[in-house]
Amino acid sequence: MTATLTTAAEAVSAIRSGDTVMVGGFGLVGAPLTLIDALVEESDASDLTIVSNNIGEPGRGLGKLLRQGRIRRGISSYFTSNPEAVAAVNAGEIEATLVPQGTFAEAIRAGGAGIGGFFTPVGAGTQLAEGKEERVIGGVRHVLEGPIHADVALVYAARADTLGNLWYRRTARNFNPLMATAAGVTIAEAGEILDVGELEPESVVTPHLYVDHLVAAA
Amino acid sequence: MSPEPKARIAARAAQELCPGEVVNLGIGIPNLIPEFLGPDSGVVLHTENGLLGVGPRPDDGDLDPDLIDAAKQPITALPGAAYFDSASSFAMIRGGHVDVAVLGALEVSAAGDIANWAVPGKDVLGVGGAMDLVVGARRVIVTMTATSSRGQPKVVAECTYPLTAAGAADVVVTELCVFRLVDGELRLTELLDGATVDDVTAVTTAPFVVTLEESHVG
Repeated sequence: MTATLTTAAEAVSAIRSGDTVMVGGFGLVGAPLTLIDALVEESDASDLTIVSNNIGEPGRGLGKLLRQGRIRRGISSYFTSNPEAVAAVNAGEIEATLVPQGTFAEAIRAGGAGIGGFFTPVGAGTQLAEGKEERVIGGVRHVLEGPIHADVALVYAARADTLGNLWYRRTARNFNPLMATAAGVTIAEAGEILDVGELEPESVVTPHLYVDHLVAAA
Repeated sequence: MSPEPKARIAARAAQELCPGEVVNLGIGIPNLIPEFLGPDSGVVLHTENGLLGVGPRPDDGDLDPDLIDAAKQPITALPGAAYFDSASSFAMIRGGHVDVAVLGALEVSAAGDIANWAVPGKDVLGVGGAMDLVVGARRVIVTMTATSSRGQPKVVAECTYPLTAAGAADVVVTELCVFRLVDGELRLTELLDGATVDDVTAVTTAPFVVTLEESHVG
């Protein structure tokens, strides 16, 4: 499949109320801020489940969407970087699912790779594993974790080609290549959009078959 | 508290790290450790948001918005560094390829249980990579002050806060001493900066055995 080049507003119109939306980034680094702004300003989809390592920062990134009251549930490893998200959880305004960061990453990878789940020793015996199936493997307690899928993924890449091949820069890579694989519709925001052939095939991190829509970063 | 005890803890913890080891540093006191590692320490720093080969903090004029550590602070990358996505990063951690994790904690128990992510009733809704790190790293070093800001002991018989992992700590460094967990036993192996065994006992509710190493006695 080849990515279609489109505007941020048009791209985020794929997001419907009640959808699960993955959003790349570690804090704001590698976050698709143009797409998030379009979701905030051009879409009225609400009741969203957001899968992102953090729920932005106060008034920044996903923090804007939070202030609009359009997030129903967050699946994250670290809500704490946005005190307003923590307050919303404590006030019962949003539901929080806290996941250890490595389990979060692996569950998204599994979601994109057709894996039905995996056993990890991480979290065994802690509050975060309560109610989860356990198995002792090699003498060590493991917890069964399911895959994470989304309806739409919003990712950021420093460079793309017009087919939708993606290249990431430095620590802005983080969850982006994983999320690009794990959604029904993947929308990539790129800092720079190159002609086909301008990215070295060996340097492509996300092959274009994962990418449905391509948007130039503002 | 003045920053001095924290710096002293970081300085002592830095001595635990060996040339060639891959080390992940947590937020807080562990983040001070690079100041005490010489340029030729041979220690290789890993940050879970996707970089092996973390270099010194950049000068203000030399900040790269795509280059941060897990504390979301600007960093540099050393020659020979490598970037990777979050699933690969945690595969390194869980897979036992990261030698040492150094992290802060709220409490450590006599059995080496670590509690470092949640205080009931407080605004802590972040676990980040802590659970993955304490389970996956070959050696876990906890750096923390001996008592909380309210003066409560932090080396305790049993953790009262939610656990990060059971039996995970190998070494605990406070401003007063070094504890080691050996064969399921908490051992006081070194007194720091003129502290006495009585000083340690006064702020420690965990039972421990005194096995001071010869060179550090007195």
